[in-house]
Amino acid sequence: MSIWHEYVQREGQVPEWPYPVNYGKVNEMASDVLVIGGGVAGVRAAISAAQAGASVVLADAGHAKRSGSGGAGVDHWHGACTNPCSKVTPEEYTKGCYDSMQGYTGAHVRYIITNESWDSLVECETWGLQIRDVRDEFKGAEFRDEKTKLLFAYDYDNRHILRVWGWNIKPVIYNEMKRLGVNIQNRICATSLLTEGGRQGGRVVGATGINTRTGEFYVFKAKATVVATGGAGRLFQCLPELTASASMSDMTSAGVGHAIGWKAGAELVLMEKTGPNTLSGFGYAPYSMGNASNTYHGAPIVDANGKEVPWVDAFGQPIQTQHQRFACGPGQKFQLGIGIGISAYLPQYRQNNPVFDLPERIRKGEFALPLYIDLTRMSEHERRVLWGLMIGSEGKTRIPIYDTFTKAGFDPDQDLLQAPVMTLEAYANSCFWAAGMNTPPHIRSGGGSYMVDWDLRTSLEGLYAGSGSTAYGGGCHGESHTTGRYAGRKAAQYTRTTPGATVDPHQVEAERARVYASVRRNRDGIGWKEINMAIARVMQDYCGKYKNELTLKSGLRLLGELRQKELAEAFSSNPHELGRLMECSSLMDFGEAMMHASLARKASSGILDFHRLDYAEMDPPEWNKLLAVKQVQGEASARELPLDYFLKPPFAPTYEENYRAHCGDCEPRV
Amino acid sequence: MSDKIYMVPNPPTPNKAVAFDADVCTGCYSCVEVCPTDVLMPNPDAGKPPIVLYPEECWYCGGCVEECPAPGAIAMLHPTSQRISVNWKRKSTGELFRLGMKNPPPPNNRPPSG
Repeated sequence: MSIWHEYVQREGQVPEWPYPVNYGKVNEMASDVLVIGGGVAGVRAAISAAQAGASVVLADAGHAKRSGSGGAGVDHWHGACTNPCSKVTPEEYTKGCYDSMQGYTGAHVRYIITNESWDSLVECETWGLQIRDVRDEFKGAEFRDEKTKLLFAYDYDNRHILRVWGWNIKPVIYNEMKRLGVNIQNRICATSLLTEGGRQGGRVVGATGINTRTGEFYVFKAKATVVATGGAGRLFQCLPELTASASMSDMTSAGVGHAIGWKAGAELVLMEKTGPNTLSGFGYAPYSMGNASNTYHGAPIVDANGKEVPWVDAFGQPIQTQHQRFACGPGQKFQLGIGIGISAYLPQYRQNNPVFDLPERIRKGEFALPLYIDLTRMSEHERRVLWGLMIGSEGKTRIPIYDTFTKAGFDPDQDLLQAPVMTLEAYANSCFWAAGMNTPPHIRSGGGSYMVDWDLRTSLEGLYAGSGSTAYGGGCHGESHTTGRYAGRKAAQYTRTTPGATVDPHQVEAERARVYASVRRNRDGIGWKEINMAIARVMQDYCGKYKNELTLKSGLRLLGELRQKELAEAFSSNPHELGRLMECSSLMDFGEAMMHASLARKASSGILDFHRLDYAEMDPPEWNKLLAVKQVQGEASARELPLDYFLKPPFAPTYEENYRAHCGDCEPRV
Repeated sequence: MSDKIYMVPNPPTPNKAVAFDADVCTGCYSCVEVCPTDVLMPNPDAGKPPIVLYPEECWYCGGCVEECPAPGAIAMLHPTSQRISVNWKRKSTGELFRLGMKNPPPPNNRPPSG
């Protein structure tokens, strides 16, 4: 008796909005540091800024105790190169990422991450997170260090990726943030950054937002602002009825953090990059199906008759034992894990896999569908660490998978979990649940990040970027902790020597007028969801895999049309719908930035999966460079940067020198 | 429960996302408070289970279940198109099971690690 239809049937009336609504009411708050986004990165930014003595306000679109892509937990921690057991140095790891991406990743950010990832994790341990096998559940396992009781994942030889009991990591860091007295503002949809004098490109002095329960308006004044938001998950598709359950980002992922920076005149990089959207939610519930990738790495796949699928190393050479699935092969010093923002791995860093030609072998009858994973073929330690620790801890797995499946009777000690039965090509990627082949090819994901320096400062004074999505070179869950933590520290340091900021009242009032238009007009416009779908259609058609100058300009024109007509006439029934509509406005800004960046890159690129039909030659060497786009007085402009701009003047020529010069208070913890 | 027939939109898809056991739920709305996407609303009848207003916005993190102080009050339900996809086979007997089946096997009560 709890869905809306049941209530209406029982009561004979529609329930009133449950929260008091005060559209337009202004709430002002001032702090040294404002953090926008309360996922793991934002919470870590708030904590480190508060630790550094700053007063901090954090604004989150959901509720910071559970929100964000990392809010549902984590089972493994990448790039912990300074943990006492690691055999990989920050330099080696950074080079692996940079070389794999052919230079198109912020290697300075990777270097910062790999120097501090372990520190970020140890700090969580001091707040109560379990990161060691203190109960000796895995004593004697080859993935365990007996002295430190740390557990390793994926590459057991090199020990730079850790297994962690991170199912409650978000409440753990949230509680620490609360303890430090951070002013937490939940249900805030950020709508703009405020700049000195209201000038595009000026120093950032705060932000505006609306509360999506009360409709009230918020003006945040701050000496420094950290943007720690997620990506634009709703940009190329908005079909939550079909896809939300199977997605790795929630509805609030609307590129808001990028959009408000674009409007404020900040530089963004790699906005032209798009790729197949394999995690768009057209597959199955995450981790719910038999597969052998990521958390399920190493799981034995068998066919309907119990015949096991063989594995190969990164170079395609057969490997025989279970142990070898977690070990480097010939020609490898170490392996990089997946999910760290690398779109193509060089084989010397790639993980072992089931045979690459599995689709063809199924077609020829060598393996009979359906496939299963047979965890009983693993050792007790391997089976327990996979199902009991990792599925018990990873994002969207503890309740959705472990709790649900075991209550339903699934027992990994005696049951085979079926893999999806799907189009054969989809078996080429062992992350079967994501089933990228099920995503229509015109639905892509894309966009880049803020251009950041060694302080994780953006091109705008007072604005810092710290999260996997907003900082150029960020990655997975642990990386978001680490960049957020670093950006919060640097932002706090900046405020120590910086005078207070003055907000421009005209800018505030103009924004307040803009955001409430949809609740004040006649109710004959359309709502946010139909507009979102139209934005997605424009992106699919005009910023898809193949583009030329005319299609991109058409896309810009049509987004502008949507803004002038449908968005301007849209209606919102309540503050929740108003928030979603404001997110649509941000999606348009995000899409426009992508199209401007795509216009600026007048060459095609393999690693960027970027195909200009009017510049069809792939990878002309003179275009091996980064483009930073921004708006100046409302007009888009682009600047060229060397791929390794972070090692060129004004920066020092080595990672180590820059890191030591900029990190501040970064002595490693023991 | 009224016998009247009302004009209402089609049921949302998925219908529920989460199901409440009204006998166990205490109506504390801790789940409403933390839901990242505001799927749930407090019930106008205070103390009764929350109203699932925006089930299509649920991304199935399970945070509501973890936050709930009354174990068993909330069951997270993946869309039926996904529950029908989750199948397993008992190795020793060849028996086939699926998530949400009418006569499920007995639960496996082993807790997660840690």
